[in-house]
Amino acid sequence: MGEGYIQALLGILLSAVLTENYILVKFYGICPFMGVSKKIDTALGMGMAVTFVMALASAACWAVNLALVALQAEYMQTVAFILVIASIVQVVEMFLKKSVPALYKALGVFLPLITTNCAVLGVALVNVQEGYDFLQSVINGAAGGLGFTLAIVLFASMRERVDKTDCPQAFKGFPITLISAGLLALAFMGFSGLKIF
Amino acid sequence: MDFKKQLKEGLLTKNPVLAQLLGMCSTLAITTSLFNGLGMGAAVTIILICSNVLISALRKVIPSQIRIAAYIVIIAGFVTMVDLLLQAFLPDLAESLGVFIPLIVVNCVILGRAEAFASKNGVLASAVDGLCQGIGYTVALVVMCVIRELLGSGTFGGGLLGENGAGIQIFPADFAALQMIMPVGGFLTMGFVVAGFQWLLRKVENKKKEGSK
Repeated sequence: MGEGYIQALLGILLSAVLTENYILVKFYGICPFMGVSKKIDTALGMGMAVTFVMALASAACWAVNLALVALQAEYMQTVAFILVIASIVQVVEMFLKKSVPALYKALGVFLPLITTNCAVLGVALVNVQEGYDFLQSVINGAAGGLGFTLAIVLFASMRERVDKTDCPQAFKGFPITLISAGLLALAFMGFSGLKIF
Repeated sequence: MDFKKQLKEGLLTKNPVLAQLLGMCSTLAITTSLFNGLGMGAAVTIILICSNVLISALRKVIPSQIRIAAYIVIIAGFVTMVDLLLQAFLPDLAESLGVFIPLIVVNCVILGRAEAFASKNGVLASAVDGLCQGIGYTVALVVMCVIRELLGSGTFGGGLLGENGAGIQIFPADFAALQMIMPVGGFLTMGFVVAGFQWLLRKVENKKKEGSK
C-alpha cells in the first residue's frame, strides 16, 4: 500500500462527492432526491441512512461478486445484488428498531425506500465495472452517499424557499422543482474541471 | 377490459413519467439521442409486459408480506435477460445505455405497475396495461430526446438516421448549447416538458367543463 494507493483512494472520494456527484452528474437516485427534499431535517436523515446503506452494500456486494466470479455466474449480478441490498436494508431496519429507536423513528418511512434507490444498486454495479478492490469499493460507496447527502441537503434548503414563491400556474409544484435542480446541477458543473491528483 | 381507456391513461392522464413522475433516473440520464430513447423505451416496455404478466399470474400464490421482494426478483430476472440479449444483438445500444440497463430493476415504473395494477388484475389486462404504460414511457422519453438532441447538438435522430448514425444536422453544431445534453439540460428540459404537459391537461379539462355546461 504505497502513496499512490492512498492518492487513488482520495481521488475516488473527491470525485464521488463533487465532480461525479451521484445525483447531479450521474442521475442515480433521483426519486428520493425529489421525494424527500421538502425539509432539511428529513433530507439529512435520508442522506445519512443512504450513506450507511451504500457503504455496507458496497462491502457486501464486493464479497458476493467474488463468489459469483468463482462460480462463473457473473450474469446473476443484478439479481444477486438487489437481493443483497434488500436484505441489508431489512437488517439495518431491524437493528435500528431494537438498538437505536430514536434514529429509527426519525428515519422510519425512508428506510424501506432505500432498496429501490438506484444509487445503491448503481454504486454496486459501478464498483464491479471499475474493478475496485474491497477498500476502494467501500470508500466509493460511502463517498457516493456523502455526495447524495450534500446534494439533497443543499437542494432541500433551496426548495424551502422556492416553494413559497409565486410562479406561473403550470410550473407550480414539480416543474419548478426540476428547474431548481437543474440550476443546482449547473453549479456542480463548475467542479468538473477539478483535478487535484 | 377497455383497451382505449388504458391506452389513454398510459399516454396522458396516468403517463408514468409526465403525470406520475416515476422512473426519473433513466428519463433524465439517457435522453441524449433518439436511438437511446427508443432503445430504453423498448427495453422497459418489454420488461414491463413480461413482469406484469408473470406477477399477475402469480398474484394468488405470492404471500402479501413478501410480495415486494418477490416482485423485485421477478423483475430482476427479466432485466437480466434483456441485458444479455442487448449485449449479444445490439452492442451499440448496450454500450450507450451502460449501467442504466441493469438499473431498470429499480425503475419505479415497473415496481409501481406491479403493485398498483398487476397484483389486482387478470393476466390479459395486465399485459395490456404493461404495453400502454410502456408506450407512454417511450413517448415521454422520445419527446425529451428530440428536444435535448436538437438544442444540444443541433441534430435529429442521432444513432438512427444520417451518415454513420450521426443524425440529420438541423443547424450547425457550433450553435448548439452543449449544456442541453449534459445533466443540467436533463433537469431543465424535464421541468419545461412537465409544465407544458400540465398546462395542456388543464386546458383539455377546462374545455370539457365548458362543453358540459
